[in-house]
Amino acid sequence: MERFETLTGLAAPMPAANVDTDSIFPARFLLITGKRGLGRYVFYEWRAGPGGAPDPDFVLNQPRYRTAEILVAGDNFGCGSSREQACWALRDAGFRVVVSTSFGEIFHANCFKNGILPVIVSPADLARLLADAEAGAPLTVDLAAGQVLRQAGPVIAFETAPWRREALLNGWGEIDIILNRSGPALDAYEASRRAATPWLY
Amino acid sequence: MTGRTLYEKLWAAHEVEAYDEGVSLLYIDRSLIHEVSSPQAFEGLRAAGRRVRRPETHLAVADHAVPTRDRDRPIADPLAREQVALLAVNAEAFGIAHLPLTDPRQGIVHVIGPELGFTLPGMTLVCGDSHTSTHGAFGALAFGIGASECECVLAAQSLRQARARTLRVNVCGRLGLGVTAKDLTLSVVAALGVTGGVGYAIEYAGEAVRSLSMEGRMTLCNMSIEAGARVGLIAPDETTFAYIAGRPMAPAGEAWGAALAHWRTLTSDQDAVFDRMVEIDAAAIAPRVTWGTSPDQSAPVTGTAPDPATAASEAEARKIARALDYMGLRPGQPLIGLAIDNAFIGSCTNGRIEDLRAAAEVARRGRVAAGVTAIVVPGSGAVKRQAEAEGLDRIFFDAGFEWREPGCSLCVAMNNDRLEPGKRCASTSNRNFEGRQGIGARTHLMSPAMAAAAALAGRIVDVRGTAA
Ligand code: SF4
Repeated sequence: MERFETLTGLAAPMPAANVDTDSIFPARFLLITGKRGLGRYVFYEWRAGPGGAPDPDFVLNQPRYRTAEILVAGDNFGCGSSREQACWALRDAGFRVVVSTSFGEIFHANCFKNGILPVIVSPADLARLLADAEAGAPLTVDLAAGQVLRQAGPVIAFETAPWRREALLNGWGEIDIILNRSGPALDAYEASRRAATPWLY
Repeated sequence: MTGRTLYEKLWAAHEVEAYDEGVSLLYIDRSLIHEVSSPQAFEGLRAAGRRVRRPETHLAVADHAVPTRDRDRPIADPLAREQVALLAVNAEAFGIAHLPLTDPRQGIVHVIGPELGFTLPGMTLVCGDSHTSTHGAFGALAFGIGASECECVLAAQSLRQARARTLRVNVCGRLGLGVTAKDLTLSVVAALGVTGGVGYAIEYAGEAVRSLSMEGRMTLCNMSIEAGARVGLIAPDETTFAYIAGRPMAPAGEAWGAALAHWRTLTSDQDAVFDRMVEIDAAAIAPRVTWGTSPDQSAPVTGTAPDPATAASEAEARKIARALDYMGLRPGQPLIGLAIDNAFIGSCTNGRIEDLRAAAEVARRGRVAAGVTAIVVPGSGAVKRQAEAEGLDRIFFDAGFEWREPGCSLCVAMNNDRLEPGKRCASTSNRNFEGRQGIGARTHLMSPAMAAAAALAGRIVDVRGTAA
């Protein structure tokens, strides 16, 4: 699994609230069965604009955000469908960090599996970071320290659940963690439940 | 010791190991697998040379990408054809039961799980699909996961999870005539907002919930995710047990008695403490229709689209304005009378037999309006056969509705059922997101009876006023 430690990069602002995973990765591209090269489909409909030609106003079409690695997004980013393609596409499009006041829970969990750090900040801090992004000021995100460092203005602290932070910092895969650490516990659990709820076995 | 909530009981019973504070290794009893979220999971297993820990606990079926017509012919779209074929290949390679498109049991994962007795109270059940909350209607701890987590469940039969907070939604009183579980769930989502359930496991309780059929309970739990909650629960009771009894995969004989005794303990204790409680008055609920592009943006059908000028905040005003713009609505425009182009009756929210009965009850009173395309897509093969046995297909056909093969269809528009840009649809599905039913398509979520009534009238109407 891809690690994440620190990153200094350009941030793109996307203040709209409730951006759902259908918007991040439209359903019709879900027929693709691989997970590589999906960046070209990220925000496909919004990039294209109603007529089909690239919408020059859409933030990710603006040349100044072409190299953005951080997405500063409105409340409840990644709500809706569980599709992990939303993460694969964002990662493939170059994003390593997504900042919001809250996330769709499944999207949030999916990020950690793909080397993307979701950062949760207060509404006031989100407004500051959106302003930084608008101004084109780069941000530094430090997972171990739990801090977003800004070019000007105070540092913004954020929290990440220790178990998620540890896995992301070290690039540990979930399956290995479980099998290495809890193999015997799993065997014991199954043996006891086989006796208690035999109809499930 | 204070009592425990149903969620806490289910959690405790599946805790393999407690890790950090609030984080545990949770055992997963069963999983449903569909064609869209599983290819990458199986690929991951292959790449790592892993096997499936308990193949008999998984059930695979294609539903999202499948056509709802011409099922005796190969799937026309090559990508969809490959994706559906890949599911069969993966299931075979890893020893997992698979229901092909030709199997009479095929259907939407969340419809067939309960139908087969695969879904049972007290179990943990996952699927790479956010509407897995549906199965909580049985008192199962069921939640949607991503493809990486699907891979983890296949390999390790468990997931590291953080325990959710608990939220009880108590629905007192009774739903009025013509008001359904769909109207209730749209009301709950509107009351909580799309983020109100984030971090919570919702338990639905109260007289109105108790008096719902299993179909209605599934509709309610299904849309928990639209309020941000991965889990929606209803304590199992006699209604639940009667539904399960005799299902093909349900316990039988001696095992039935043992299971029943266990299932009866699956209720929140009288003195259980919830982190949050919300009260809803069933009698105050009217048939509900969404006006926006987020499932919480709904109003009673007798209401109007909101005016951004009166929004509580500037951010809220922008949100409303954007939604109205996409939906082609004016501030203050009444919902009744909005002309529709399409009607869709189906999905894991409202594609069950009771939903089709309710829609047919309305459909028998007239004909689909000129210029409206209305389709009925049963949630499963079993629903389709039952409906045909009851003659519902004839009623739909005579009224001008199309009668299709089971699948997700226009709920997600991944197959060839897709709306044209700008088309307005009365839909019984669960998401009115931008582009959900096709690029630029405008979705109004509502109940099956309301959608059928809209199809006949050619515009949104209050189904309560259309009774013969
Ligand atoms: S019917 Fe719709 S919501 Fe349900 S599983 Fe299919 S696509 Fe998802």
